[in-house]
Parts: sequence; structure tokens; C-alpha cells
Amino acid sequence: MSEYLVLIYEREAEWENGGPELFGEMYAKHQEFGAKHASSLRGGNALQPTAAATSIRTDMSGDATVTDGPFAETKEALAGYYLIEAADLDEALAIAKAVPAPFGGVEVRPIRTLD
Amino acid sequence: MAVDAAVSAAVDDAHRREWAFVLAATVRITADIDEAEECVQHAYATALTSWSHSGIPDRPGAWLTTVARRRAIDLGRRRQALHRSLPLLVERWSDTEPSVQGHEGVRDDRLRLIFTCCHPALSRPAQVALTLRLVCGLTTAEVARGFLVSESTMAARITRAKKKIAQAHIAYRTPPVSERMARVDAVLGVVHLVFTTGHTAPSGSDLVRSDLIERASDLARMLRQLLPDDPQVAGLLALFVLTDIRRSTRSTEDGTLVLLEDQDRSQWDRDAIAEGVALVHEALGPRPPGRFALMAAIAAVHAEAPTFKETDWAQIVSLYDLLLVSWPSPVVALNRAVAVGLADGPAAGLEALGPLAEEPRLACYPYLAAARADFLRRLGRTAEARLFYDEALMLTENGAEREFLAGRLRQLDR
Repeated sequence: MSEYLVLIYEREAEWENGGPELFGEMYAKHQEFGAKHASSLRGGNALQPTAAATSIRTDMSGDATVTDGPFAETKEALAGYYLIEAADLDEALAIAKAVPAPFGGVEVRPIRTLD
Repeated sequence: MAVDAAVSAAVDDAHRREWAFVLAATVRITADIDEAEECVQHAYATALTSWSHSGIPDRPGAWLTTVARRRAIDLGRRRQALHRSLPLLVERWSDTEPSVQGHEGVRDDRLRLIFTCCHPALSRPAQVALTLRLVCGLTTAEVARGFLVSESTMAARITRAKKKIAQAHIAYRTPPVSERMARVDAVLGVVHLVFTTGHTAPSGSDLVRSDLIERASDLARMLRQLLPDDPQVAGLLALFVLTDIRRSTRSTEDGTLVLLEDQDRSQWDRDAIAEGVALVHEALGPRPPGRFALMAAIAAVHAEAPTFKETDWAQIVSLYDLLLVSWPSPVVALNRAVAVGLADGPAAGLEALGPLAEEPRLACYPYLAAARADFLRRLGRTAEARLFYDEALMLTENGAEREFLAGRLRQLDR
């Protein structure tokens, strides 16, 4: 078995415009997904919007600069993630396809295991 | 010791015919593609000396598989002794599915190998490179030459793809039935790309690269053998067979391009045409017909026409209409417009080409300008024709095609 991180990227504007109704609807969809794939799920969280993000960049000399905002400005921003366990990529992709992400999509990244 | 010419030919032949089979069977043991490749290379090297001593075996594929697998088991044992603590990867790729029995009961894993090489999680260039390298057994240098990139670029591409397979755990198996159609399409797309790259080499002086065409044809025949009931596979093989009958008549000895119109049809292989047409009938069975089946059907109409003039252009136009539905590509629309011009005259053709001038994906496509130039020439609108031949000439890098276009321009000046 291998672990994969499923990163959910979505357009934040559509979340903001949706209001509490949308939030409730999406919450239910994620609950449903979570129940259905409980045996594969190892973790997961929703994130506050990128407006709440703070980034730290370190230069060659080791000095850190703290800035307001996400690490990279993108149209679709990281909105949440699931950590899943699957036999192989095909199984991971099948689970990832079921992740609710109507305003964007997901990226599947294998977790690196250090020997 | 000098290697016997017959032995060397037998090893070459086995390389072309059996590489995929031997490698696929060996990956099952090593669970690691690089290591399996090394074992298979070792088996072919061993064959050169061994067959010189004890003769060429009756079933070279089975012989090579046995040697490669034995090597893989030895390497595995040695490594296991070294790292007893590491779990074996083989577990993951163990016998979880039944597979076709090949030579003497050896399992045939070629489908697993080709589906893995063409996994949708890999980029198309990576799929093509891996297929040629692992399924056809081409060296990295040969694959690089086929696609006109440097050997180091191709080596990096192959390494990256293999790394992704290992890191993302792309499974070495045939896809489940629910995904089968989409996955077969991906495989056929790769094989088709190898064929079209060979059929009109993108640049250089030769019009075709026979090595790529032959590899693609071998792959299509292998798929036909492994998936005998798949109509898209039948369609792709039919397309290759019916296109390839024109390979020798498409250019003269000195490499000059010969148009379909002027090709010597008596040289087309009748048996190949019969085989292709039978495959087309099989491929057209299910409704709606697939993209390759329709392209093959168009090639069949050309192949069966006794002369260019007697070609059933109306049927070709209606086949293109169907093809546009299943594959709405501007290149298909262009080919349809050319067929309209041949069915209903150059003025109709020019009109059909009209809307394509707005298509951004055709802006750098030399055949659009060439088609327009040709219709204008037939209509006697010489000055306009000259402009579009010039444009086509600017856009093409293939030497044989450039020479053809320059020839047309010279004719206009007379």
C-alpha cells in the first residue's frame, strides 16, 4: 500500500460568493465522500482562504522574509486536502475522482517514504 | 569467436519479435523495469554466444525468457541477501490477475506492459518514448532519432517517466473493464502517433521513416493478437495496412514526392488491400464507428479505386462527415474540404476551405495553404495560387514536400 496526498485546488471567488448555503451543501458532500471512503482515508482538512495565508521565504544566507499571502498566486488555490492510502495510482485516482471539487479539481501526489 | 551470420540474424529477429514478451515476463519477477531491461539485455547477449555453440532454439522467445528470468531471480536473491530487511516489491505485482498463456505455458504479460507504458498519468511524449523503448526494445538513441530530439533529451524523458511509474506506484497491470475502452484508446493514440511520425517525417530530406512505420505496424499486429475482439484495434491495423500500400509509390527513387493522383496503382499490394478491407468491415461493425475505423474506411475507398478519377469522392466526403462527428479536428475538416473539391470541383472545394482560414490551430499548417493553392491553380487564378504556394513553402520543413511545392511554383511561372 502507498500513501497519496490529494490536494484540492478551487477558485476561491466561487466559495466566497456561495454563502453559507453552499458551505452546508459542500460540507454534506465531503461527509458523504468521507463515509464512503473511510477505509482509505488517513486524514484531511479544509483550509481557510489564501487571504489568511502567511508565507516565509528563505534566501541563500538563511534569512527569512515573512510576507502576507499564499506562496504562489494562482487562479485556483489550495483549499483543502485528504491523505489517502491506496494499493496503487489507479486506486488512488479512483478515490481522488470522487473528491468533491466543483470549482476546480484535485492533484494527486505520492507521499515520499524515506528509508 | 566470430558470430555466425545465421545466429546473428536469428537474434535480431528475436529482438524484434520477442522483446516485449520477454521483458513483460521478466518484469513480473523483478518488479523493477530497469532491472528487467538489464536482465533481458543480458539474455540477448547470452543468446549470441550460446546459440552459436548449441544451435538456434525452436522457440527463441521461450529460451530468452527463461534466461532473463533466471538472471532476475539470481539478482533478486543476491539483493535479498544484502538487504534482508527490505520488503520485496514483487508482492505488489504478484499474480493478481489471470493472463494469456503464451509460449509453452509462459504467461503473456505484454498487455500489462503496454498499458503501463501508455498510462494516462504519463505525458504523451513519455508514453511514446516508453512504448518504443520497452515494448519495441529500441535503444534510447534510436527513439531519439525517430523524434528528432537529442539522445540526452530522450534519455532524460525516459528516466523521468520510469521514475514517475515507480514513485507514483503506477500498477503493472491491465486496466479494469470499466476503464478498458479509454485505456485502449490511449494505447492506440500512441501507436498511431508513431505511425504518422514515420509516415511523414516532420523534417529532414526523407518523406518517410520506414523504421517507425514498421515498429508501429508490429505494435498494431501485436495488439490485434492480444485484443482480437476490439473493433478500434482492427480499425487501426486496417488503417496502417491500407496506408502502407502506398509507401513505395508516394515518392520516386530520388525522394521526389508523388501525389496520390499520379501514383502507380498497379504496384499496390492486392493481398494487403484485401486484408485491410476485411479489417475495415470488422471495425465498422459497431455503431457509431470509431475514429480509426472511419479513417481506414477512407483509405479503403482510395485503395479500391482503379484510378484517381474513378475514386468514389462522394462516399469519401460522407465518411469524413462521420469522422468529424467522432473526431472534430480542424485537420479532418481540411481533408473533408479537399474531398469536396474533388467530388464537386475546385470552386466547391475552395468554398469548403473558406471557414478554415479562421481556425487558429491551422494557422501554421502547410497543407491548408497548399490545398487552397491547388484549387486556385485549377481555377486558373494563377496569381492567388502563387501566394498560397509561397505560404505553404514557408510553413513546411520536410525536404520532399518543399521540393514538390517549389515545382508547382515553377509550373505556374511557365
